[in-house]
Amino acid sequence: MSAAASTAGARGAVPRPALAGWAGIAVGVLAFLLALPPFTVRSPAPSFVLAVLAVGAGATALRGGERRLGIFAVVAGVGGAAGAYAATRSGVGNLETVVSWGALCAAMLRYATPLTFAALGGLVSERSGVVNIGLEGMMLMGAFFAALGADKTGSWLLGLLIGVLAGAALATVLAVFAVTLRADQIVTGMALNFVALGLTGYLYVDIYGEQGTPDDLPRVPDLTLHTDRLGFIGQALDQQNLLVWGSLLAVVVVWVLVFRTAGGLRLRSVGENPKAAETVGIDVLRTRYLAVIASGGLAALGGAFLSIGFVHSFTQNMTAGRGFIALAAVIFGRWRPFGALAATLLFGFASALAQRLPEFSPSAATLFQALPYVLTLIAVAGIIGRSRPPAADGVPYRREG
Amino acid sequence: MSVTAPPPEGPEDAGLDPAPGRGSTVATRLTTHVGVGGVVTPLLTTLLAFVVGGLVVLVTGHDPLSTYKAIFDGTGLNWLFPWTSGADRDTAAINLQQTLILTTPLILVGLAVAYAFRAGLFNIGGQGQYTVGAIIAVWVGSSFAGMPGALHIVLAVVLAALGGAAWAAIAGGLRATTGANEVITTIMLNYTALWIGVFLFGLGGPLQSDVQREVPVSNDIVQSAHLPVFWGDPELQGLHIGIFVALAAAVVFSVVLNRSTKGYEARAVGFNPDAARYGGISVGWTYVLVMGACGLFAGLAGAMDVLGWQFRVATNDVQVSQIGFLGIAVALLGRNTAIGTCLAALLFGALLQGTSVRNLDPSVFPPELAGNLTTIIQGLVVLIVSADVLVAWLVRVRLRRRADPDPPATSVAAT
Repeated sequence: MSAAASTAGARGAVPRPALAGWAGIAVGVLAFLLALPPFTVRSPAPSFVLAVLAVGAGATALRGGERRLGIFAVVAGVGGAAGAYAATRSGVGNLETVVSWGALCAAMLRYATPLTFAALGGLVSERSGVVNIGLEGMMLMGAFFAALGADKTGSWLLGLLIGVLAGAALATVLAVFAVTLRADQIVTGMALNFVALGLTGYLYVDIYGEQGTPDDLPRVPDLTLHTDRLGFIGQALDQQNLLVWGSLLAVVVVWVLVFRTAGGLRLRSVGENPKAAETVGIDVLRTRYLAVIASGGLAALGGAFLSIGFVHSFTQNMTAGRGFIALAAVIFGRWRPFGALAATLLFGFASALAQRLPEFSPSAATLFQALPYVLTLIAVAGIIGRSRPPAADGVPYRREG
Repeated sequence: MSVTAPPPEGPEDAGLDPAPGRGSTVATRLTTHVGVGGVVTPLLTTLLAFVVGGLVVLVTGHDPLSTYKAIFDGTGLNWLFPWTSGADRDTAAINLQQTLILTTPLILVGLAVAYAFRAGLFNIGGQGQYTVGAIIAVWVGSSFAGMPGALHIVLAVVLAALGGAAWAAIAGGLRATTGANEVITTIMLNYTALWIGVFLFGLGGPLQSDVQREVPVSNDIVQSAHLPVFWGDPELQGLHIGIFVALAAAVVFSVVLNRSTKGYEARAVGFNPDAARYGGISVGWTYVLVMGACGLFAGLAGAMDVLGWQFRVATNDVQVSQIGFLGIAVALLGRNTAIGTCLAALLFGALLQGTSVRNLDPSVFPPELAGNLTTIIQGLVVLIVSADVLVAWLVRVRLRRRADPDPPATSVAAT
């Protein structure tokens, strides 16, 4: 979304309906924010006025032919009014417990990190033309072998390395089947998810049995920045795990590598038109191998963060579908690193909110757990027909001759 | 991501192959057979997967042959052997009933995934559609206590199937109207259904049990709404009639897909949406109908489990169920055909039953590890099945060296 806006802005002419749409979205969000701390306006009236404005702006955008932005603005207006009304009906104390921006943003980053790593992995692989449904299994390999490695070597760094290698090993199997043998990529990826689930579960039960992983598992350390007095952003960043920073760094690195280097151009050309790439001397199979293996390593980092960075233990199937959510984030972010980051942050924020809302209303607490998924559903539906995969994504390449 | 190209299509499409019987050497016939997704390849690959699985058992320091024997006996499939007699036969009968009880929902969810694949859609949402079906079945089945049994069952089953269909149609509708990728939307719908289920049956939830206020479980299905048991003792979880429902669904699947206009349109859209649109087919509407049909199958699966043997749903059931995941594997192993899906479901059901904790002799293989071994074998089966393309490819390369200028006209390599 922001990408579309910035490209339009770069051309110097934001069309008026689009402008109305964006304004509508902003005003709709503002309507909600007004009722929350630190503003905590206790009357819904100002929010309702803003919400009406947002819906009006949305309608203008719709009339001007901006369907996507128009719908978003209307949704933001209605949602903002509903949220603001709900907020003004609840006690100030409750509000301040739930909506403490520093803690919320800190939790958002923690929830987003495993997804970000895995989504970057999926992105690199799909940019080379290989759909990686096996992200889930690669995360799980990373989670288990990082825990095992950290336990056996007594060093979190070596654990991390072993986890990444395990994920890369599973990815190599995917590469052999999907690239060399030209097997169906979805079937292979799905199969590897099963293999990883069974293998990690088997080894976990065999090695750790009833007791589970030891309590003194070496952990990836936190970075303390002493920024907690610098507003809620400072609080959010003050005490974060090294891997949280690693994931943000990885987004930048992947963006530079894929979109700003010659190697990245080769990677993308292999994903868009492998035959043309081969014609100019690019080794398609080798590129795809490297991309898929890198993909496994990245996904495994996400898994390793779960086990030795976040939860500090391993349990069977602990990734619990996060690989698939990362897959969704790749598509949602339109195969771009910062788009994927936006998607994982949205998901992380919704997860963080869902985690805190039970304090607000315990009776319907569990229902809020569905919030991240519903929000993603709405957001994806909002991107009307705009997500286009790399042209050769999912298509095995056969060399001529 | 591109899932527009479905995995290799099944034997029903043999007629589409312009040269099915070309050549007479064994190799050529094998190529053709493999190319159209014949029966031999899945069998060979399954065998190969068991060999690899046996190696895994061997690596872990157990005897593969006796482990497989124990697993096989646990499935009850030895009931089919005439020389099984006496007490063994009774045990085998009970085990086989359990295997088929597990096979029933696997067939239905497998069909739900396969139907979508044939239309070029990837339905990861079998889990959510199953959950919605189970929720509706348990709600209807535990209410209306005075209703006649047969009517009650039909009502619960139909509403559950329609519920699953409606849930899946959300994904189809979003794909049709906004172009939202069904992979994302079905995943999100899965988790949404999961948490709705946990909310409904959780403590204080609207559908939580009226008698067990401290347990996160639904009310029990009223006795008259239980599916009839036709083999074995109803008190000992005999085989309910759901297996026939599943087999009938497989027949319907095949007939609709291959013999009806809607099925033709679904396959046309799966083959090439642009060409289908040019040919006058409403692609968007087809997406909605196809997903609806998928949800129908998966919702039915939920109803069969709830009315057939579970009789209640706990929040834990909703959370740990892997049926959607297994359904994808079953459909892929069955190459998205009706017969293939049924056989693959039987294999997976048998594996689940044979390695269940109460069935495996601890002296042969530790039962607590067996479930994970099953998962590994299931993965290997699917993995090696995906590589049957390799077999076709190897044979084909050899053929081409014998100066065969036109490549075989199968879609395998292109998928």
